[in-house]
Amino acid sequence: MASTIRVRAVANGDATEVQSLIQHPMDSGFIKDSKGELIPAHHIEVVTFEHGGKTVFTALWGPAVSKDPYVKFKFKGGKKGDELKVSWVDNKGKSDSLVAKIQ
Amino acid sequence: MKDYSQAPVLARRAVLKGAATAGVAGIGLATMGSFAFADADTKDWPEKAFKEKSEADALKDLYGKTAEPSDKIMLEAPEIAENGAVVPVSVTSSLPNVTAVAILVLDNPNTLVAAYKIPEGTEPSVANRLKMAKTSKVVAVVESGGKLYSASKEVKVTVGGCGG
Repeated sequence: MASTIRVRAVANGDATEVQSLIQHPMDSGFIKDSKGELIPAHHIEVVTFEHGGKTVFTALWGPAVSKDPYVKFKFKGGKKGDELKVSWVDNKGKSDSLVAKIQ
Repeated sequence: MKDYSQAPVLARRAVLKGAATAGVAGIGLATMGSFAFADADTKDWPEKAFKEKSEADALKDLYGKTAEPSDKIMLEAPEIAENGAVVPVSVTSSLPNVTAVAILVLDNPNTLVAAYKIPEGTEPSVANRLKMAKTSKVVAVVESGGKLYSASKEVKVTVGGCGG
């Protein structure tokens, strides 16, 4: 299945820059649908990025993070060809994960 | 618009997946065993902090302390955001030993937008996109050496991104 996660990790010197896009509605819980009823909050709560068995970045997100969230960060110690695992879980217990290679 | 409900595709995929699982069950298990990674877990999610209406309460819930202003935090955000649903915000800091970065929008229904854990070896540099209900101060908070520091910037919003 096409993953909900897109990630691009590029090693440059001793730092690896990671950019990630996740497909998710990120409903805030404040928006009404066409019938005037509130769409319940539905958003990613936790995203983790792991490299070499170590968590290198954790995002804790509320419903005010934009739809199809984007995040960028940098960590040290990654090499070209290394695996980077991304996983997320939302407030309805849905989750997904992806292993990407550092470029 | 992509959505999750592509039923025929999913059904076919389930069949394929079933076949594949049966065929390579042994390999599948071995592979799973080699992943010593822990997946994202909602128990890490600070629900109370994300429901707070004020910056001070959210920070107290998250870190148990208050923040003092610092000029070593660079908060990048647009002066004017035409679309409050997607406001690009990035935070970098030259402070040493950064362990966490948080982003708050003071006039949103709930102030805390995102909190990031920065382990040793990860740089204090985060970019993301957030929703703003109306014109508000955006606050970046950085935990460095056990202390909290903050920087803020006013962002004007033309069209709110939280509905109503």
